[in-house]
Amino acid sequence: MNYIFFFLIVISIVIGAINGKLQEVCNAVMSGAELSVKVAFSLIGIMAFWLGMMKIAQKSGIIDFLSKILKPVTKVLFNEIPPESTAVGDIAMNFTANAFGLSNAATPFGIKAMEELQKENKDKTSASNSMCLFLGMNTAGFQLIPTTVLAVLIGIGYENPTEIIAPTLLVTIIAFTFAVVLSKILQKVWRGQDLPLTPTLSPQRGEGENSLGGNE
Amino acid sequence: MTKILNLISLWALPVLILLILFVGMIRKVPVYEEFTKGAKDGFKVAINIIPYLVAIIVAISMLRASGAIEMLANLLAPLLKSWHMPADVLPLTIVRSLSGSAALGVFSDIANNLGANSYATKLAAVMVGSSETTFYVLAVYFGAVKISKIRYALIVGLLADLVGIISAVWVCNWMFG
Repeated sequence: MNYIFFFLIVISIVIGAINGKLQEVCNAVMSGAELSVKVAFSLIGIMAFWLGMMKIAQKSGIIDFLSKILKPVTKVLFNEIPPESTAVGDIAMNFTANAFGLSNAATPFGIKAMEELQKENKDKTSASNSMCLFLGMNTAGFQLIPTTVLAVLIGIGYENPTEIIAPTLLVTIIAFTFAVVLSKILQKVWRGQDLPLTPTLSPQRGEGENSLGGNE
Repeated sequence: MTKILNLISLWALPVLILLILFVGMIRKVPVYEEFTKGAKDGFKVAINIIPYLVAIIVAISMLRASGAIEMLANLLAPLLKSWHMPADVLPLTIVRSLSGSAALGVFSDIANNLGANSYATKLAAVMVGSSETTFYVLAVYFGAVKISKIRYALIVGLLADLVGIISAVWVCNWMFG
């Protein structure tokens, strides 16, 4: 992450200078910082609401119930979580909320799950295998109904907006499966704790830029 | 079909809330007290993620302002043309992992300018709908538990995005092409 952060900023300034957009880049520092705080503050209310709901769900045994149902699946995927951890139930809640397009609810559930995973983590600053897998599952963005996209399509007068649901679902399933499989493979291969600490992977100047481009 | 889906979208949230409250009441959970106990953490979590969000959102805002994304898009244009990807969709493939609001902006732009019948609109819709903003999810989820050493998490996220883009092009070519 140190290298990514470093390269993102260096590249922005260098390219901004080349394009004569240095002023815009400087303004972006201000607006970006302001936006981050706005995003975080706008999360407080909804986060509090769903964390409150989550507490009720936990006390009433809904989370434990979900954990029990999903045990066969999660035993294979999250094999490093001890069976008594409630993380599995939280992951299930996060997954369900995401699937139904309730991203406002999914984020607090996901954070709750991360907190549970953190309890089992040995090095508190470094992501565990389960955390990486869970993050991968979330970045793949599994969703049954892409509500925001549908709203835009309906807005422009798209006659049959629901026809994009099937291809979207297919693509998201492919990406999701890929993320899970890749996480499980990397979990076995990855020995280092973080990018900069593994000498074979520490990027050179040129390579870093390439890998950034390559990922797009 | 549209009606059923609208119904699901409309009812997903109320059903989830009702379900949690009903089961809570049946199990004799003091719902109000437990709710407020849990909700107390909302503020803490939001404050915890601020440093991580600032780092990532500032870096990405700078990158977008510098014009680097357009440069990369121009560089990649000939390559992607050969795979039937309309030039309008190109910036979206790059922005998708970086910024959710930017991706939605690009998508609305394509939809409004090219209209409902264009292939680009359909492809863009599938791309936006099938993925999450990798950098944002990373900042929020790892930020909330103060993880700074991310190991292979970003690699998985970005490669999954790449696979998503490739399969979106492939699926749309096959269904709408």
